[in-house]
Amino acid sequence: MEKSKRLTNLTTGGPVHVDVRDGEIVRIIPLQLDDSDGSSWTIRARGRSFTPPRRTTLSPWTAAHKSTIYSPKRILTPLKRVDFNPKGARNIRKRGESGYEPISWDAALDMVAEEMIRLKREVGPAAIMSTTSSHHMWGNVGYRFSAYNRFMNLWGMTFIEHNPDSWEGWQWGGDHMWGFSGRLGIPEQYDLLEDALKNTEMFVFWSADPESTSGVYASHESTVRRRWLKELGVKMIFIDPYYNHTAGLVADKWFAPRMGTDVALGLAIAFVWLTEGLYDKEYVATHTHGFDDWMRYVLGQSDGSPKTPEWAESECLIPAREIRALAREWGSKRTMLAAGGIGGFGGACRASYGAEWARTMIALATMQGLGKPGINIYSTAAGVPADRSFWFPGYAEGGISHDTSHTAAGYRLAARMWPNGGPVTNPQHGPEGQIGYRLLIPEMMNHEKLEWRSRGFAGGSIEMQFKQYQYPSPGYPQVQMYYRYGGAFFGTMTETNRYVNAYREGKIPFVVNQSIWFEGETKYADIIFPACTNFERWDIGDWAHPSGYGTHKFDQVNHRIIVFQKKCIEPLGDSKSDYEIFAALAERLGFADIYTEGGHTELDWVKRVFNVSDLSERVSWEDFAKKGYYVVPVPEGQASTPGLRWFAEDRPKDTPDWGPPPWDQIGGKGLQTQTGKVEFVSNSLRRFYESEGVDPERPVMGPQYLESWEGHHTPDLFEEYPLAMVSPHPRYSFHTVGDLKDSWTSEIKNHRVLKEDGHYYWILRMNPKDAADRGIADGDLVRTFNDRGSVILAAQVTERLPPGAVHSYESCGDYLPVGTPGHSPDKAGCINILTPKRFITPTSPGQACNSCLVQVEKWNGDGV
Amino acid sequence: MKKWNMVIDIARCQDCNNCFLADKDEFVGNDWPPYSAAQPHQGHRWLNIERKERGQYPLIDVAYLPLLCQHCGNAPCIKNSPAGTIYRRDDGLVIIHPEKAKGHKEIVSTCPYGAIYWNEEANLPQKCTGCAHLMDEGWTQTRCSQVCPTEAITLVLAEDGEMARMVQSEELQEYRSSLATKPRVLFRNIHRWNKVFLAGNVVYKDTDEVAEGVRVTLASDGRAVGEAETNNYGDFKVDGLDPGEYVVTFKAKGYEDLCMPVEVGEKSTSLESVFLERD
Repeated sequence: MEKSKRLTNLTTGGPVHVDVRDGEIVRIIPLQLDDSDGSSWTIRARGRSFTPPRRTTLSPWTAAHKSTIYSPKRILTPLKRVDFNPKGARNIRKRGESGYEPISWDAALDMVAEEMIRLKREVGPAAIMSTTSSHHMWGNVGYRFSAYNRFMNLWGMTFIEHNPDSWEGWQWGGDHMWGFSGRLGIPEQYDLLEDALKNTEMFVFWSADPESTSGVYASHESTVRRRWLKELGVKMIFIDPYYNHTAGLVADKWFAPRMGTDVALGLAIAFVWLTEGLYDKEYVATHTHGFDDWMRYVLGQSDGSPKTPEWAESECLIPAREIRALAREWGSKRTMLAAGGIGGFGGACRASYGAEWARTMIALATMQGLGKPGINIYSTAAGVPADRSFWFPGYAEGGISHDTSHTAAGYRLAARMWPNGGPVTNPQHGPEGQIGYRLLIPEMMNHEKLEWRSRGFAGGSIEMQFKQYQYPSPGYPQVQMYYRYGGAFFGTMTETNRYVNAYREGKIPFVVNQSIWFEGETKYADIIFPACTNFERWDIGDWAHPSGYGTHKFDQVNHRIIVFQKKCIEPLGDSKSDYEIFAALAERLGFADIYTEGGHTELDWVKRVFNVSDLSERVSWEDFAKKGYYVVPVPEGQASTPGLRWFAEDRPKDTPDWGPPPWDQIGGKGLQTQTGKVEFVSNSLRRFYESEGVDPERPVMGPQYLESWEGHHTPDLFEEYPLAMVSPHPRYSFHTVGDLKDSWTSEIKNHRVLKEDGHYYWILRMNPKDAADRGIADGDLVRTFNDRGSVILAAQVTERLPPGAVHSYESCGDYLPVGTPGHSPDKAGCINILTPKRFITPTSPGQACNSCLVQVEKWNGDGV
Repeated sequence: MKKWNMVIDIARCQDCNNCFLADKDEFVGNDWPPYSAAQPHQGHRWLNIERKERGQYPLIDVAYLPLLCQHCGNAPCIKNSPAGTIYRRDDGLVIIHPEKAKGHKEIVSTCPYGAIYWNEEANLPQKCTGCAHLMDEGWTQTRCSQVCPTEAITLVLAEDGEMARMVQSEELQEYRSSLATKPRVLFRNIHRWNKVFLAGNVVYKDTDEVAEGVRVTLASDGRAVGEAETNNYGDFKVDGLDPGEYVVTFKAKGYEDLCMPVEVGEKSTSLESVFLERD
């Protein structure tokens, strides 16, 4: 037995050291820092010094990664559906049922290449529809923006745009109130930890659970910050239908408004402030536009309905006296509004009229003096000191494609990466060509004619999201092939039996899936290419740094770390890295030389990323490769520039944020909105409606409370389906990554429940009163259903929810129908089968998964 | 010599399960002779996280108890198992011998904490080893303490005297002291697990406003057993109680005293709003 080697890697759940022996992974532990690494920062506040522990933290799915790397659900050889014959009967109605046979790589690649060549010549390159899942294996080379974009841009396709599925309301609402389009409606967070430690007296976590959602990619880095704040006596209030896990650690008070009524609660808080003088009148007078119109609406002067705490109580079921108590405390303390887990995001924005909730958050923070010391929209998940001048690319800077056209990076970054080949982009994958939309994939597969507003990540300007798209685009074909990368959408999109049925009943005669695990949608492909994990290939990455629309988001982690992601083991079975798969396919399609730029291996590309980045000025390749990581220290004496302080103080912007762009400012001052102020009457919406007609679900003056189209104000529906379901991002898996696959996460008691049939069931949480009314006991299997479908879940009876609300995390990893696919209950736990496909407003194509009424009954194991 | 001790803070555990998963990562599929044989892929919980919710909506709290082998100084498993199958190391760790314990399924039931599992395939009783194999390599963390983001689980390598002083000064407690097993795993804030609370919300009836600053006292058999003051939401909580019958009294200036019997249940009790009348 050889001595084990300690290697390095980086994941969506933190950086790791990997002990490897005899070609196998022995253990995976958090990356261990040593004394020779860059120093940790210190913040001095209120007579104390705060320095983060010299350690890194992991998310659960990374702690369990060995079990997913070696999962029995790994695809180890190319597969062909047994009754699929590309030259004969394709039997697409048998998808999901008929099983697979292993075939050679040569056979699989030939079959796919022949179809791609035929389609290009007979229909045109846009005949292939393609898209990825949201979050893949980490890295600059292997990530979807990189190896995938390079391949697809070179060959041509109809790219399916992603919807902003974690921050819907901020893009569709926040943009029109305060701009930040370059962050998709989410605010900058620079140096707000220091600001909070020095100045903040209270936090209001509204639809925010950073212990579960990790900012994004930042594991448990922020937990110590909340502990510091608690030690300083900072009070923490939680507003969430679920007593979430951050609340469980630090809450001083918890409010659970009825689902869909958060805006009513917010308006009542504003009402108390307006009537009791508890807001910053001077700030509002100088920093807002249209406030008086909105004030008249809140006071009921314009619509005859004052938004009193008593009015709100009838909607949200929180006693009026407690709403007043909250408003008075908030109005008298310097308060950070943690609106969503990363200061932005939040389940409440993924609901009918989610834009109005995001606008409500901005309105409340503005009334208290947004940007003044201790007062901001900030969740503790980011905003630590970090060196933002040190350039190392985030994944959205395009890696080996350097295609930044889908991200804000395109505005800012010079294409300094590849002096020879240059960026690989394709104008067809934009407004001038043909694109699709992820929430409309089933309809595209059914060859319907479609129209919608906006691409999903519409960050170039506020107005970009008004753009009208149609499918097919003029002169472009209906798609004939689906090249799918990953298999998540049954678990992550909306009304997802649509997606199942589109595979079987739609009009796509050829489906390829390139996937690591045999799960979910992958099992509905005709040909499957087995990909490997990032522990089986070379890569390089900057922890928690997406860049693009997530500019400088490495300030979520306590130590910024660039990691050499080493190939720890050989790819399992016949699986290959995505880059190698694309290179092999490009060989058959005649562009391997361009794709690999003359035969670059992944390790070659890693070195190129290293060489063009600032890393090469700090450390030699040899030293970096040996140690495996580099900690980027915060420069001595770096000035603190708290987010939006410049706006509050009417100074030119001094933060390093990429926006607002020069063309939206005068002399570096003002927000991105037309007036440069926080707009309670939105000029961008007004202009849009003047030419295109009014969207009544996204009013020009707002935020306004609009009764949900699926909730207690829809009596027919509510009578039949009286329980409102909240489905937040999951706690133990990252979307579908880390769920099922026979991984150890299945054994986490609060993730899945093992039942007598040997299956680990996804959990539905419900109040004891609702459970008792239905004869349901803790651990019982239940059928959760509405007109859209049924899902079999294990009940957890809990006081963490009020009566009338049920909770189940979204993003189940697999799909296991008990009968006919698409027409029978699923027992894997795809609760998005139940969520509505309706957009959050007609012109805001976001998913409203948290506007979902269901009924729950004990499941007797039979019947459909 | 420095010995192995573990301190677990119940108030810091948030059920992230990193400890549970790191334990799997270390022991599933990995033999560590002569310390332990591989843990099976499924079914064992050498580190078993239990959940307890207290109170009723909306005044609740939730606690998690990470339970592992307590590495008892007075270990029932050693006492009640065939000689040589289980032994104690000099550093205090209690180890089931992966060879000598083979076939002895009866060992599983010797642990009053339920920390021993049966490995059917290996024909072997198994449990947490305290990461003895890593301690012997010089590690200063166990796998579970290393991944705990809140430092709820901490490894304390200390001499017995030093540890005894820590137990006293920090009021560390045993999970089930009545078992008298002298565990090396000790807890902070164990009341979150083994005690109950009375919580409630108080309202001034005449103004329908939350009642802040109300003095709440709790008595049992005429003896005061706890007190609290309502906060700016009118909420109060008296913790550290045993389940049973109490009398609760509310006093607020300008309002009539209110005195009422309450039953504090096994799951703790959160009263629905209590209304105080004007004098």
